[in-house]
Amino acid sequence: MNASKPFTEFHPRWFRQRPSTYWWLWKWAYLRFVLRELSSLAVAWCVVLTLLQARALAAGAAPYADLQDWLRTPWVALLNAVCLSFLMFHSITWFQLAPRAMVVRLGGWRVPDALIIAGNFAAWFAASAAVAWLALGAGR
Amino acid sequence: MPETIQLQVARYSPERDTAPSFQSFEVPCPNDWTVLDGLNHIKDKLDGSLAYRWSCRMGICGSCGMMVNGEPKLTCGTFLSAYVPGPVRVEPLVNFPVVRDLVVEVSDFMRKLRSVKPWLIRDDADAAATEEYRQTPAQLDAYRQYSMCINCLLCYAACPVYGLDPLFAGPAAIALAQRYNLDSRDQGAAQRMTVLSSHEAIWGCTFVGECTEVCPKHVDPAGAIQRYKLAAASEWFKHFLMPWGKSEGK
Amino acid sequence: MKRPIEPLLWGLFSAGGVVAALLMPVHLFLFGLAIPLGWLEPPSFEGLQSLAAHPLARLYLFVLCSLPLFHWAHRFRFTLYDGLQIKHLNEVISAVCYGGAILGTFVAGYVFLVSR
Repeated sequence: MNASKPFTEFHPRWFRQRPSTYWWLWKWAYLRFVLRELSSLAVAWCVVLTLLQARALAAGAAPYADLQDWLRTPWVALLNAVCLSFLMFHSITWFQLAPRAMVVRLGGWRVPDALIIAGNFAAWFAASAAVAWLALGAGR
Repeated sequence: MPETIQLQVARYSPERDTAPSFQSFEVPCPNDWTVLDGLNHIKDKLDGSLAYRWSCRMGICGSCGMMVNGEPKLTCGTFLSAYVPGPVRVEPLVNFPVVRDLVVEVSDFMRKLRSVKPWLIRDDADAAATEEYRQTPAQLDAYRQYSMCINCLLCYAACPVYGLDPLFAGPAAIALAQRYNLDSRDQGAAQRMTVLSSHEAIWGCTFVGECTEVCPKHVDPAGAIQRYKLAAASEWFKHFLMPWGKSEGK
Repeated sequence: MKRPIEPLLWGLFSAGGVVAALLMPVHLFLFGLAIPLGWLEPPSFEGLQSLAAHPLARLYLFVLCSLPLFHWAHRFRFTLYDGLQIKHLNEVISAVCYGGAILGTFVAGYVFLVSR
């Protein structure tokens, strides 16, 4: 609207405010949301790490040992610890929100959300246990 | 309980101001007074020029939505006693242009609501029904929650994406689209999907979830939107894998 | 009728999110922290190598390194839109995000499915 003409008879000058760049800092719920979204960076890092490990594994025992040494350096270990907490945050929020996207009906009975969430966490635990058992048991 | 409480009310007059400012009023604070009662007291006794919307004063018309201490609330259901000793900051709903004082312009929502065709769509629209469309209680339950929306727009004030993205349809519009999509009497899901799925009307939603938190009628618009996304994605894959056949939106 | 692409992108985001949620914490815990830092008895190099060479393991690792990248791409794209308010650069952002995911998928395909 033209600032010199404050209003026309049938269209007053509305006040519009653009959202602040820091809108996500004003409410704890928004901050929690942004942290959840930033966990996607931890996901991408985990992919990169897995690719690096696979390459080292294929290259031989020496490159693999070098990579292990690199993983032991304090900054990398700290980064991995931080990324792990972000990954856990992603998993927990993902499984809690998953039942909102699908309504599961068995016959006429609607499966309660809590049951779906519990099922998700059980699957998470089972999958993690399977991977750990396979990986740690390799070459025994 | 103190005798009075201070209300800091946003004032904006397009003839005089370029931006809103706050004006403070002391209003009585009996146990059962709501913020709306305080505003009515201001209008009746202190400053008759205050402009705001209200109607039923019992949480069903959806007119009195405002920001109370930064949270979107229905002022008829928000008690002053919860904010003692105060002050209580009352502002117009965010994410909407302010017309005057506490009144916001909602035609953007009206347009988006109309675009999702919130009415029963029948294939045989011209044929007169010979008997009523019957519905079992289970079929009613499928959409009943989403029919509770009173269009109060608190969810729009809570949604950061609506404030940032002008193309986003918003929580209530999508929840109401779902109300009709899930209604067994409706046959218009495909029509609505063309509107919602192909433009950025729903995909801007990042499931912040605040819309559900502030909804006074427990409609859960966030859940409605996620279900719609899943339906749209399933429909895409079905069409991708089996391109023949009639496209459907349920 | 031109099919919109957004439902597919959301579907990939969703699938990647499930894979990441179920499997990535244990992977990062084991291979990023516990084994290098010696918290758990490490598997032998030969054992791990032969486990990773198994066809099923290769397929599993390919999916693990591909779908979550699409999850990252979709989520990061909207983080940039809403966080930095640069939606007007959406072509560049989409190219970087989904392009990155596609590139990563090719790399993962090469590492796990083609080589060795």
